[in-house]
Amino acid sequence: MIQAIIQRILLGILLIFGVIVLNFFLLQAAPGDVVDAMLAEAGGGDPELAARLRQSYGLDQPVYIQLIKYLGQVCIGDLGYSFYYEEPVAKLILSHLPTTLMLTLSALVLAVILGTLFGVYAAIKPKGFFSNFVTVFSLFGYATPVFWLGMIVLLVFALYLPWFPAFGIRSIPEPEDPLERILDIIHHLVLPTFTLAVLYLANYSRISRASMLDVMGADYIRTARTKGLSERKVIFKHALKNASLPVVTLAGLQLAQVFSGAVLVETVFSLPGVGPLLYESIMRRDFPVILGVLFGAATTTIVANIITDLIYKWMDPRIQSIT
Amino acid sequence: MNKIRKETFRLFCANRAALFGLLFVVVFIFIGLFGSILVPADPFEMVATPLTGPGSEMILGSDYLGRDVFVGIIHGTQATMIIATTATLVTVFIGITIGALAGYYGGLIDNVLMRVTEFFQVLPPLVFAMVIVAVFSSDILVVILAIAITTWTTEARLTRAEFLKLKEQDFVTASRAIGVRNFRIITKVILPNAMPPIIIAITLRVGITIIYEAALSFLGLTDPDIITWGKMIGQSRDYFFDAWWTVTFPGLAILLVVLCIALIGDGLNDAFNPKLRGR
Repeated sequence: MIQAIIQRILLGILLIFGVIVLNFFLLQAAPGDVVDAMLAEAGGGDPELAARLRQSYGLDQPVYIQLIKYLGQVCIGDLGYSFYYEEPVAKLILSHLPTTLMLTLSALVLAVILGTLFGVYAAIKPKGFFSNFVTVFSLFGYATPVFWLGMIVLLVFALYLPWFPAFGIRSIPEPEDPLERILDIIHHLVLPTFTLAVLYLANYSRISRASMLDVMGADYIRTARTKGLSERKVIFKHALKNASLPVVTLAGLQLAQVFSGAVLVETVFSLPGVGPLLYESIMRRDFPVILGVLFGAATTTIVANIITDLIYKWMDPRIQSIT
Repeated sequence: MNKIRKETFRLFCANRAALFGLLFVVVFIFIGLFGSILVPADPFEMVATPLTGPGSEMILGSDYLGRDVFVGIIHGTQATMIIATTATLVTVFIGITIGALAGYYGGLIDNVLMRVTEFFQVLPPLVFAMVIVAVFSSDILVVILAIAITTWTTEARLTRAEFLKLKEQDFVTASRAIGVRNFRIITKVILPNAMPPIIIAITLRVGITIIYEAALSFLGLTDPDIITWGKMIGQSRDYFFDAWWTVTFPGLAILLVVLCIALIGDGLNDAFNPKLRGR
């Protein structure tokens, strides 16, 4: 067990190294370098100055030495410098990350919990109304672009029915009371979280319904029933745990995708997360920021994958005995 | 084999929802092919007062530059279709090749290819594609490659799983025993038998790619000379509180096409696995 965990973590570190190397080569391929950015910010400069600056930044050295230097820099948390924001990229990303994490995680948790429950209720009557609803719902969930859904949700619940704020994460001016401040943030996050969650919810309820139908035919469920357990106990104590495994696995695997969705949702709802930061940096071709976001997102996913793996092992003891 | 195929075909045709989806997709392909001839107007031309609502003059209204939304949707069909199909083909080609090699050879090759797959899986697809387009260019070819490079892992895993399942079966062992070469076994013996789940995956992939491409266009990361549904939505972002039609209709076009593709995918699924109907 412990050996498996260590192996998993080592693999994670290897993947992070891979991402850094990829980042380095993308940075090399990008038009212009740090010196160009600096000179552009300073309003131009002669070639001699540029050459001298390149030398002092080590940009005249062979690629492999630059790569090793870059690896070393990233390892101590230096992701470069944004000349537009006049801030180190790492600091910039860390200040935008909480919003994104809050959105991604609350949407994912909501989708997993509600999705599993929907699936379970649908599976109780496989030909019933709710079961058909889940099927249709999942079709729409697959076919709806998340950014468009966000805009429609805004039209309905912020413009026609002004129940929720249309943009940002805080009211201006902010409420004084700390509790009200938290409620204010939640109020702002309702629509984006719903938008992001609903599409995954649709998918998960279908998967949970299918796996529930599978599990309900298994011998151990029949045993539980013949023991005289109530139907409630059979479903929620015996079947649910096994039926939710595929949903948890999928949610773990989809984390990177949900992050992508969050980028779009944040852009639509103007939340101060990583999404708009990335979008604006791409418009400005601010490459250190762009690649910093890619690195941050990939690292977060790698860490989260390891955690999901551990949860999965904890939920399904059969896997422990294999590895 | 032929009998099974006939049965599959019969089951698919018996599924009314799937046929309905197929019909609509055919209509959309028709619009994609001949739309610019049937509606010869220039989608970039300003023809009306900006932000005119839907009505008798323009059935779906005009956008913030006074361009006809209906003309935009018709002309956008073509770009959306071309990008989605090409990107799907490239995605599937990469995915099947890597999955087949990994599943068939196993051992070290499998190990290396799966680590590569995992590597691509931890990069958020949209973010990675945005980076690629930003670093290289927003040329249509780059967009297609960016979509393919960031999404092939699903098909690779699926193909690998099928190959792992099939490669130990008697008909494969028999082909090996009579000296059929590896390349032939992969392409002519195993792949045809692995096709049913792959075909379903390809169908669903087309829909996902349409949405994916729309997301990139929505963010402005696409060829400036073409019109796509996603781009129409993205460009209307600042005005949609005053003009709901500018985003609603292009979005509905995406929703409708992808929904129909999903119906086809469902129909194929039921036809290939009749026992699992309704799951």
